[in-house]
Amino acid sequence: MVQSLRRLRESPSQTAGPYVHIGATPNFSGIGGVYPHDLGSQPLAPEVKGERIAVTGRIFDGSGTPIKDALIEIWQADAQGLYPGQGERRGEADPHFPGWFRQPVDGTTGVYRFETVKPGIVPYFDGRPMAPHITVWIVARGINIGLHTRLYFGDEEAANAADPILARIEHRVRVPTLIATRSEDEAGMPVYTFDIRLQGEGETVFFDI
Amino acid sequence: MRNENSSHQGGSFYQRDRSWHPPAFTPNYKTSVLRSPQKALLSLGNTISEMTGPVFGHDMLGPLDNDLILNYSQTGEPIGPRIIVHGQVLDEDARPVRGALVEFWQANAGGRYRHKKETYLAAIDPNFGGCGRTITDDEGRYWFRTIKPGPYPWPNGVNDWRPAHIHFSVFGHAFAQRLITQMYFEGDPMIWQCPIVMGIPSREAVERLVAALDREATLPMDTMVYKFDIVLRGRRSTLFENRMEGN
Repeated sequence: MVQSLRRLRESPSQTAGPYVHIGATPNFSGIGGVYPHDLGSQPLAPEVKGERIAVTGRIFDGSGTPIKDALIEIWQADAQGLYPGQGERRGEADPHFPGWFRQPVDGTTGVYRFETVKPGIVPYFDGRPMAPHITVWIVARGINIGLHTRLYFGDEEAANAADPILARIEHRVRVPTLIATRSEDEAGMPVYTFDIRLQGEGETVFFDI
Repeated sequence: MRNENSSHQGGSFYQRDRSWHPPAFTPNYKTSVLRSPQKALLSLGNTISEMTGPVFGHDMLGPLDNDLILNYSQTGEPIGPRIIVHGQVLDEDARPVRGALVEFWQANAGGRYRHKKETYLAAIDPNFGGCGRTITDDEGRYWFRTIKPGPYPWPNGVNDWRPAHIHFSVFGHAFAQRLITQMYFEGDPMIWQCPIVMGIPSREAVERLVAALDREATLPMDTMVYKFDIVLRGRRSTLFENRMEGN
């Protein structure tokens, strides 16, 4: 026998289920009057610095069908590459930028859409720059443990080519699953389309973090 | 507002034990079949993008956010056994996780959710919305008041029922700790018949999700109490990590 390390075990994950919207976005699900607004859904304050962008797409299951009941959260650095919230020790992020957003996919089309700013470059643990990216976390009915992935930007070819995380993907044919394509909407706002495939051909790279 | 534990701030998180959690593919839970990635996860480890996370301040909470008996009351109180759920959010080193946003949602006492896609014949309760939230205190403690949810049938097998449960969403101090799970109730035989629960590989792990009836905390002639502790990933002490400047 040896001494006990006396560590606890992480609580096991369980699916967010089909009614995750009741808890996460009650106003969206028709439960009004409990919270003034759904957390993570408020538009950006006008003071936020940086290039305004939209991020949109759908999540497809293994049959190619868009999922209509998922919830997506994103977490990202500000335009200068500093994280708001906690854990950032390199400086103070833009005080008006929350960094974290949450949206349900549309119940009919499965489309999600976030309006944010393009994040700056942040360092890898060895100091090399990581290309601008957004952390994406997906939960839904049928997903037993939340899926982490990253959105990289298609117009950042040089930065993406030097990114230490993208460089670790052995099967290079899978790298494009993490890269959003840029277009512009009618108002001239840059729109990055990032479709996520949970399974099968073109399966998105998901991370164990 | 900073929520870091001064002696352990900034370290990377312990590897998540994927054999302890339910795998993505659990065919007895049919919806997982087409929603489970088939390729191996890419081991990323922690970068600053995972070791940071949003902060939620107590000032965002309304006075009834942790009281599901009153926060959707229209004409009176909801029907059902009155309960309080309380517990601590800890990390794997048993340190309290303070300032953690905890959100919860559930069916009503008849097992019916207030949701447009829900078709179970049990009645909607006009006084029950089914959502709440709170933020842990300096000892990582949280509590909320609600009614005990009922079990309900769901379209999986031809006759599958979910045990009574409350859904939990927890934010720790970093995005790497993000967790959604469910709480079950002590003594419920349906826990062990549920395809979602049984996707968890070990009985020991399932038991971590079963809240104990906290008889001593019960409010006489008023409310039963269940205790449900939640454990998030622990993190290394920076004492042991030689991290480059700039991170």
